[in-house]
Amino acid sequence: MIALISENLFHLFFIVGLCLLIFVPLLLGVVIVLFADRKIWAAVQKRKGPNVVGPFGLFQIPADGLKFLFKEIIIPDGADKTIYFVAPILTSTLAIAAWAVIPIQENIVLSDINVGVLYIFAMSSLGIYGILMAGWASNSKYPFLGALRSAAQMVSYEVSIGFVIVTVLMCVGSLNLSEIVYAQKNIWFFIPLFPMFVVFFISALAETNRPPFDLPEAESELVAGYQTEYSAMPFLLFFLGEYINILLMCAMMTIMFFGGWYPPIDVAPFNLIPGFIWFLVKMMVIFYMISMVKAFVPRYRYDQLMRLGWKVFLPLSLLAVVVTSSVLFFFNLAPVFS
Amino acid sequence: MTASLLSFYIFSTVILLSSLMVITSKNPVHSVLFLILTFFNGAGLFIILHAEFLAMILIIVYVGAVAVLFLFVVMMLDFKISLDKNNILQYLPIGFFVGVVFISELIIVLINTKFDLSNIQILVNPMIKFENLTNTEAIGSILYTDYILYFQLSGVILLVAMIGSIVLTLRTREGVKRQSIQSQLDRKYKSTITMVDPKSNEGVDI
Repeated sequence: MIALISENLFHLFFIVGLCLLIFVPLLLGVVIVLFADRKIWAAVQKRKGPNVVGPFGLFQIPADGLKFLFKEIIIPDGADKTIYFVAPILTSTLAIAAWAVIPIQENIVLSDINVGVLYIFAMSSLGIYGILMAGWASNSKYPFLGALRSAAQMVSYEVSIGFVIVTVLMCVGSLNLSEIVYAQKNIWFFIPLFPMFVVFFISALAETNRPPFDLPEAESELVAGYQTEYSAMPFLLFFLGEYINILLMCAMMTIMFFGGWYPPIDVAPFNLIPGFIWFLVKMMVIFYMISMVKAFVPRYRYDQLMRLGWKVFLPLSLLAVVVTSSVLFFFNLAPVFS
Repeated sequence: MTASLLSFYIFSTVILLSSLMVITSKNPVHSVLFLILTFFNGAGLFIILHAEFLAMILIIVYVGAVAVLFLFVVMMLDFKISLDKNNILQYLPIGFFVGVVFISELIIVLINTKFDLSNIQILVNPMIKFENLTNTEAIGSILYTDYILYFQLSGVILLVAMIGSIVLTLRTREGVKRQSIQSQLDRKYKSTITMVDPKSNEGVDI
């Protein structure tokens, strides 16, 4: 045991270092994205947004974070304490863990596993537990109702996300995320699979509980949904998990539909820029779209949400799987195995 | 001791402890959460065996979907009844009986099976002809060719079960107000709002 640890100590430190190399930029990304979110939202509503703390209000988000760190943690009476504290930790841990397989440039990826897509799908489907546990352990009405809504919503939209992933995978012939990007060297998948991109985009909004599908935390009905009873650090962890998940969905769309690290045109000024910059630019463009949706689409009613998931997206994505596979088969476009 | 052996011991210890907690913890919600932990560590064991596809499918299907519905149902139950100690003694004989049957079946199977440990290769890599494929591709190329009939049959059985349960619970009740999305979408400005010019002291007819 001790021999094992001492032998692999260097390797262990190396892996921890690599994890930090993912984690620290991710936190920075969350800060930037939160700031951008608030600024875009403000601009749509003709407000100024955060502009007091630091230059252009840039330090507003770190200041908010610090505030959460120093606040008191309030535990509701009758709460199941263990589950109450495990829930936010689980949410943020799973959200961060999914980033281990995201390739931001050719060969720059923490863990290049050959079931990368399934791994991300698994981690995002485990995210439900954080919310369910939070809602139940708080021992309060609104969190519980919010958690039930949220779980039903996430399970429903996972189905269509799964089918969209299947359509993309059929065009690639591999579950590896780098392979998916390599397959888009000539044409980005959002051109042939545009309807699937739309389905994925909307399902991603529902999966991450973003407006217009933020029914789990609908203020007018449920106070703040599953996170009503949370304060200070646990609340911060929920918030962090939510935004890391949104960034993850942006990265997924970049990889699956917008050609990952490839430049839009493979000519001189564009292909000199390093790949990860293209990756980040594409992620930011997608995040801009998600942010704009939040700004100008009103919240869905719950039955409309369920109808959209089960009666519109599920048949549509099933049809897309059938059509895509037929086209690939009859025109001999299907990728062949080695 | 290698890293994979160490992780095997960690995963299997957690599996044993958490499955013990599934049947001993008093709160059913805790039981389900421990069950989920068991599934999750089972997926870990699959990964040690280099069956990463099965591991991911285990997490997505069992943990991500089936167990969520479990938890869903258990959370909404009024579980104070099961805290009574007499209930545990009441179910002990039948539980003991099922356990004995299960263990004796396992023992019979194990006695009659010969493990040829000298040829370890066949246990580690049972599908020799797919040696240089990833196991996703290997499972796919067996499941959709040699076993297509069983695969399709199990799909049909699940479909029948699904339709059956929908039919059993489907009932149309009188006097239930439903949202008709189509009529809501079809509602137009012209058909709903009319401009009237009310005269003083007369009002309007609608």
